[in-house]
Amino acid sequence: MTARSEAEDADRGYTFSELMVAAAAREIGDGELVFVGMRLPMLAFLVARRTHAPRAVGLFENGVVRETPSVELLYTMGDPPNLLGATQCGQMLDVMSLLQQGRVNVGFLGAAEVDRFGNLNTTWGFRDKEMLRLPGSGGACDIACLARRTVVLLAHNRGRLAEHVGYITSPGYGTGSGWRRAQGLPINSGPSAVITTLGVIRFGEDGEAFLASVHPGVSVEEVLANTGWALRVDDDLVETPAPRDQELAVMRELDPNHFWTH
Amino acid sequence: MAESKLMTMRDAIARHVPSGSTVLLGAQLEQMIPFAAGHELVRQGRRDLTLVGPISDILFDQMIGAGCVSRVMAAWVGNVSAGVGYCFRRAVEHGVPRKIDVVDYSNFTMALALHAAALGVPFLPTYATLGSDLLKKNGNLREFFSPVSEEKLVAVRALRPDVAILHVQRADAQGNAHIWGSLGVVVDGARAARKIVIVAEEIVEPSVISSDPNRTLVPGFLVEAVVHEPGGAHPSPVQGYYGRDHTFFAQYHEQTRRVEDFEDWLARWVAGASDRGEYLKQLGAERVQTLGVKEHSYSAPADFGY
Repeated sequence: MTARSEAEDADRGYTFSELMVAAAAREIGDGELVFVGMRLPMLAFLVARRTHAPRAVGLFENGVVRETPSVELLYTMGDPPNLLGATQCGQMLDVMSLLQQGRVNVGFLGAAEVDRFGNLNTTWGFRDKEMLRLPGSGGACDIACLARRTVVLLAHNRGRLAEHVGYITSPGYGTGSGWRRAQGLPINSGPSAVITTLGVIRFGEDGEAFLASVHPGVSVEEVLANTGWALRVDDDLVETPAPRDQELAVMRELDPNHFWTH
Repeated sequence: MAESKLMTMRDAIARHVPSGSTVLLGAQLEQMIPFAAGHELVRQGRRDLTLVGPISDILFDQMIGAGCVSRVMAAWVGNVSAGVGYCFRRAVEHGVPRKIDVVDYSNFTMALALHAAALGVPFLPTYATLGSDLLKKNGNLREFFSPVSEEKLVAVRALRPDVAILHVQRADAQGNAHIWGSLGVVVDGARAARKIVIVAEEIVEPSVISSDPNRTLVPGFLVEAVVHEPGGAHPSPVQGYYGRDHTFFAQYHEQTRRVEDFEDWLARWVAGASDRGEYLKQLGAERVQTLGVKEHSYSAPADFGY
């Protein structure tokens, strides 16, 4: 994570995690089915519900369907507050069936590594040429294969934005244009955005990543210096919009001690 | 009335889960993980177990660290709220305390593997894992060309555990079990397994079970043993009984970074407690009470009358 001082956060009026949550929330359309996940994406889903997407529905891999925020901060999707007041507590196959039918509009994922074609690795890490075993896919591979859009959130540094991932846990656009189709993956699926601590990356028709926006106070040079390949920059590069007051108010109501958005 | 299947955890594990077994644990994901059963497997010195489960939170990590495991078939192994599992990493990276094989699934393909076994068919098709390295490395996921449509699919081989150990809210003495809250793969897991051991927070009369048959997710005729073990899922939560002990997961993370620290942890919480009652005593009445239900929230009754 690129270090930002608390003084800078105070000047700006929000933290970079809050900016990422707001950017993630804007990836959710009203009425959409969302594979939520935990931590920042969970907050993003709740922000979207309370602002521009009041009819979005949240799905969890344990089978839970939820439309309202839980009464307490969650550490896992199986925490009792996530089940109290849920719309449905079904089985894993109930939510995975919607995913495989192509009815899930957007799924959120984290990753240890993402590469220039949006492939994700959460299985094997590498440090000083040593292999580090990471926890694995969970539902990430399923979401990356089958959701109409996937949005990835991660810290931006050269180690994590690598030219090639060491292991494809969750496929993005593979080696580029046409690859997903050749693998047999559904049409209209694949990575839509990678929201990092420095900017937002999107993908061209050829499946390759490009820098679509930089966060306020971040230079393009800083992004490129922290990316493990020659990242293309959009001709229409913009600044990531700052979180709106209403978005920040929801985040701070749900996460008053900045447990997730420090 | 049929003979009671009630027995102690010690007897259930001794009779039904020998070394070399393939064991499904953690079918309800982060909820209702049968930690008490896992600890008894460690105490009875089981070896060469194959652990099966979508995610396991820290139970798989503990059993791997204790040397009970030769193979893991799972989608995710670690500590859900704290990050990696150090015992899992030591075993995979350095063969400590022994080498293990890891067969990587995704959650969906794990669910389909159990569903196929539950249906009694050799495989089920899916698009999930196409293009991934899971498909390349896991021999139980095989690409094939659809016989009814012009496309590639993945055949997920049926996975039949020798025994499923399922923690539930309540069961009768025959093993008819009510489960609510996080279900995950429990319904398929129960039908896929050759044997089921039920671990229940409460033992109730059969009339309680039959008053709400939609909630009977495991029928007793499939069950070999019923263990009454209140608190048996701690530190994982049981809806309506106790919450998740987040601090315990964080402490486990801190206390198992080095192998010698894990040995101390195991000596205290597993070897140092002869059964679940002892474990809960060590945990302390205050902590147990803190995790208890603060405010009950009962569902509206369903009318089965006619």
